[in-house]
Amino acid sequence: MSDLDAFRSETRAWLEANCPPEMRQPVRDDEDVYWGGRNATFKSDAQRAWFEACRDKGYTVPSWPKEYGGAGLSPAEAKVLREEMAAIGARPPLSSFGIWMLGPALLHFGTEEQKKYFLNQIARGEIRWCQGYSEPGSGSDLVSLQTFGEDKGDHWVVNGQKIWTSYADKADWIFCLVRTDKANKYQGITFMLYDMATPGVSTKPILLISGNSPFCETFFDDVKVPKSYGEGIPAYVGEINRGWDVAKYLLGHEREMISGADSSERGAGIGAALSRNAGGELDPVLRAELAMFDVDALAFSAMGEKFLDEIKVGKTHPAYPNMMKYAGTELNKRRHELLMAAGGSTALEWDSEETRGGAAPRAWLRTKANSIEGGTSEVMLGVVAKRILELPGA
Amino acid sequence: MPLYHNEDQAMLAETAQQFMGEEGAIGKQLRHWRDRECKDGFGHDLWKQMAEMGFTGVLVPEADGGLGMGHVEAGIVLEEIGRNLTPSPFLTSSVMAATALSAAGDDARGRWLPGLVSGDSVFAVAIDEGPKHRPERIATKAERSGNGFKLSGKKDFVLYGASADMIVVAARTSGSDTDEQGITLFAVPKDAAGVGHNSVRLVDSSMASHLRLDQVELDGDAVIGEVDGGREVLGRMLDAGRVGAAAEGVGVARGAMDMTIDYLKQRKQFGKLIGEFQVLQHRAAHLYSEVEIARAVVIKAQQLLDAGSENASLMASVAKAKVGKAAGLAVKEGVQMHGGIGMTDEYDIGLYMKRDRALAEFMGDVHYHADRVARMSGY
Repeated sequence: MSDLDAFRSETRAWLEANCPPEMRQPVRDDEDVYWGGRNATFKSDAQRAWFEACRDKGYTVPSWPKEYGGAGLSPAEAKVLREEMAAIGARPPLSSFGIWMLGPALLHFGTEEQKKYFLNQIARGEIRWCQGYSEPGSGSDLVSLQTFGEDKGDHWVVNGQKIWTSYADKADWIFCLVRTDKANKYQGITFMLYDMATPGVSTKPILLISGNSPFCETFFDDVKVPKSYGEGIPAYVGEINRGWDVAKYLLGHEREMISGADSSERGAGIGAALSRNAGGELDPVLRAELAMFDVDALAFSAMGEKFLDEIKVGKTHPAYPNMMKYAGTELNKRRHELLMAAGGSTALEWDSEETRGGAAPRAWLRTKANSIEGGTSEVMLGVVAKRILELPGA
Repeated sequence: MPLYHNEDQAMLAETAQQFMGEEGAIGKQLRHWRDRECKDGFGHDLWKQMAEMGFTGVLVPEADGGLGMGHVEAGIVLEEIGRNLTPSPFLTSSVMAATALSAAGDDARGRWLPGLVSGDSVFAVAIDEGPKHRPERIATKAERSGNGFKLSGKKDFVLYGASADMIVVAARTSGSDTDEQGITLFAVPKDAAGVGHNSVRLVDSSMASHLRLDQVELDGDAVIGEVDGGREVLGRMLDAGRVGAAAEGVGVARGAMDMTIDYLKQRKQFGKLIGEFQVLQHRAAHLYSEVEIARAVVIKAQQLLDAGSENASLMASVAKAKVGKAAGLAVKEGVQMHGGIGMTDEYDIGLYMKRDRALAEFMGDVHYHADRVARMSGY
């Protein structure tokens, strides 16, 4: 038996012993997943048990090094763990922007002390993070951001406004792009980390067409951000005024995530399930559209697999995540259009118990943001055209 | 297995790219034979050269004199064939017939495979019986006659049929037209009495036969696989053909796309390079993304076929359908973005559109395969 086979059987046994049956159900909404943080509550004992078991094993961030709270798994081992978790339909033990976005940036740009300090807290779900990127008036043109941090020696005084800060009202800390040099567009932004409880920070949820408000407006009014949280623990990632490098790196991660490249659910066909729901009686034209969708979805799932394989060996073009983001989000929107079409009048119900509070129409409406957030489809196509196809122009 | 080429495969790709780019180039092969109204529609010399390169026997086991490689490697050759629009019986001979023959007995393998490997023989496959691909329905009859069989029926879209030394024919040995079982595959030699071709030139200048089988007498050795149990071998041959045609289609798509992107960087209108126009940039980027996705699912299907996975047949149809969509888009956008010159015979982009149309029909179009994906998924 190879080491990997041994790891697989160990993992299987560990999951069997530690993943409660309730945690092997599909995730239906945000509450089905634990997001961590200072004020976090568990939805059930099973959710708590599953989170704590994973936290203690380093499985909230399996491939991070052990000294930062991970399990130090090799890419091959991490893949085995993903496969075994997928095989039993295990929910993620912890969802967090700290894991998906800030973590990768710290791993890449952070100082040793800074990594130990922040990454361990992220891995243990102690701090819930939000992302302060977008501003009113600087949507896709992110680098035009105006929030300004005035240098006061050992601290900055930050003033400005962010928008589309997901879950800012629930977050403990923010990783935030702040202009620290007004004369320099790209090299005048600092990637700061600070507590949302700092005086001068306030948030306001934005009600969306889905009836939910995961997004907020966030205001900074003379917010005092220290430059350091201790020896070797700067309050910023990378260098002062070089936050754009960090942001670009992170956007790559975000686009990968939004593209659904790592989500088997989005890659799977939906025709069979919808046909069963309809008692096998689909309009031939709808059936044909579902079949065409399934072709595209199964092909995209192969694309996602190929993309992840290529990332591992550094074979992928740096602008490839833009293409994945474009294709994945457009596909996801199509998926939800078809779910609505197949659901008929049931899929219109906004508040009935049977439809779990209108989960289908809310999800459908939510997907409309997919091709806007994290860079619009048009921006993605522009990046592909210029950076991969090397077409001329600005 | 990671979804990219390993080192050996990358080397083969480089070799195939160089070879097809030089020897199989459009001017040297497609235009050359077309302008001479060549009855074969391809060059036998090139076929011999492909044999010298080892390409012809890529799927033939080493024990039978071939390279004993897989569908990933065959696809590498096919992608370059597609990119250069190289007319060749590679897909029908080296991929489909070779796959069928792998199920044949020693005698049949000994009779046919050496010629394939050496480049002295080419093979065709006869499945369709009408203008659309419907392999679920086979009416061509094979009746027992002494120790052998008598074949009668008509087959259409037999690519390079009149030039083939042997044709793999799917016929019915029992049951009715739409029965799953009762199919048998036969290796029909070119010179068997009662074999007739009405050979026609297709839109892409390839040659295809309307094949007539009139009481064609074959002995028992002509059977490939089991009598009445040919559906399984036929299925494998079809999957090989689907994935192979998809790989060639990716080549066609990439060839057309590369040519178009180059053109966007050269052609000026309104005092600007047309590639500066956002509307064309976005369409080009969308096209690129579709072609990349098609490439990914093709290599996935190739790997599943090589691994003998139970998912291979589904993914073969996904690949054929996805490539049908992506390559169709590539050639249409190609002609449109070239503007007026895209309509001229002098420029190659129109040739890509013609080959894509023929390849899209071969072994089932996007509609057939999307429908098959639905049926295989249970709806």
